[in-house]
Amino acid sequence: MQKKDTIFTRLYHGILVENPTAVLCLGLCPTLAVTTTAKNGLAMGIVTGIVLVLSEFFISLLKRVIPKKDRMIIYVLISACFTTIIQLVLNAYYPDISESLGVFVSLTAVNGVIFGRADNYAMQNNPGLALFDGIGFGIGYTLIITILGAVREILGIGTIFGIRVIPDGYTLSIAALAPGAFFLLACIIAVAQKIKGGRSA
Amino acid sequence: MDEQKILRISFFPHIRDKASTSRIMLDVIIALLPATAFGVYNFGWRALLLILICVAACVLSELLWDLGMKKRVTLRDLSAVVTGLILALNLPPTLDWWIAVIGSVFAIVVVKMLFGGLGQNFMNPAVAAKCFLLISFAGRMNAFVFQNVISATPMEVLKAGGNVDLLQMFLGNTSGAIGETSALALLIGAVYLFIRRIIDFRIPLFYILAFAVYISIYSIFTRGGIDGSFLAAHLLSGGLLMGAFYMATDYVTSPVSPAGRIIYGAVLGVLTCTFRLFGSATGSVAYAIIIGNLLAPLIEKITRQRSFGKGAHLR
Repeated sequence: MQKKDTIFTRLYHGILVENPTAVLCLGLCPTLAVTTTAKNGLAMGIVTGIVLVLSEFFISLLKRVIPKKDRMIIYVLISACFTTIIQLVLNAYYPDISESLGVFVSLTAVNGVIFGRADNYAMQNNPGLALFDGIGFGIGYTLIITILGAVREILGIGTIFGIRVIPDGYTLSIAALAPGAFFLLACIIAVAQKIKGGRSA
Repeated sequence: MDEQKILRISFFPHIRDKASTSRIMLDVIIALLPATAFGVYNFGWRALLLILICVAACVLSELLWDLGMKKRVTLRDLSAVVTGLILALNLPPTLDWWIAVIGSVFAIVVVKMLFGGLGQNFMNPAVAAKCFLLISFAGRMNAFVFQNVISATPMEVLKAGGNVDLLQMFLGNTSGAIGETSALALLIGAVYLFIRRIIDFRIPLFYILAFAVYISIYSIFTRGGIDGSFLAAHLLSGGLLMGAFYMATDYVTSPVSPAGRIIYGAVLGVLTCTFRLFGSATGSVAYAIIIGNLLAPLIEKITRQRSFGKGAHLR
């Protein structure tokens, strides 16, 4: 029997032990695609985090009425709802972010992290814990995606959140391109595994 | 005295040969000496400095990696020296030293050591590093200075539709990367490699053959016939010979079966030519070789020799 879940174990698992990007390797498509700058990474992380928290909470509330056989379609409906709301909010108040994230905001509706957590956690646990599970995993996702964005921005463009740290002409532009995203994500996963050590999920 | 009589029992293979990794690598270094010497003669002391920096950076990063990871130090196989040398010969002579260092560290640490060291790398480290630098520092990697002026390489002249001096290209008195300009020096080294039986003729032969056939077909359609000087100019430029004899023949990243080597060489020729005629002028050889490296395991799979009597019914 597993140790009893608390709010803190949920946060701890989400951020470290089962970090969605660095340990479970979920939701890698947006992670690799939009992290050209730290700002994009942070924005994408927050968008995914909010959708994750709300979806998990509502799926957990509805777990008794969701038919086992057709649960996937229900997950999509729920996460697509929240994604649409977020997308409209972004379009209205942060048009520049919405533009730089492009199609990946809408693709949050089918992000692997959301399905993974919905199916593995929210469906078996009460809404309160599911909420904090979502917060933990959302923070874990945001953390890694922002770090990746920051590293790529520093190396590839020479700035961090728009502030120049490396003079122009000394940047490693491959870091801002797709191959660099793969290299650096692999490095981050390696570091995360090292930090995680022997702690199992 | 009975213990003395115990015979030494060893696992196969029982045929012994003096060949060793370090000897083969030494032969490659010797074969590259004419091209290196000519590069230094052609481009001056900066080229020599760049070569030394690359070799030193490669050797040092392998040493530090081995020490840091508490592994056996593998410098004695000389492969780091070869990687550094080949990388340096592929760089423009006036490249900043720190870019060369980044390339060398990338070659050794990321491409070679992270995958388990020599024999485990799935790409030729020097070639992968060249592509890495080409993508990262496109401007600086394509600025070729010759006789104190930035001048187009014969490859670029050719691509722009200009005329090139074939004799000078053969001798190497042209702009370009340090080691790739002199076809003569590269061929002298290649002859040495063939005499020492270090490289198999199949990869370079079919590489160059496929390339020549492709160029000929291209010139039939675009120039109304096979143009000998156009063909020769393409064969002598852009590091094709360097790639065919020294980079594509890397043991680790090329297929071992004879048929596989023929396919591998032909694939490289076709890729190089496609990139060169329809893509950007520089780096076509390097890009072709890393793609070929990735295809090598597949080529190996389809050309694997079947043991007699086994698997015949499957076909």
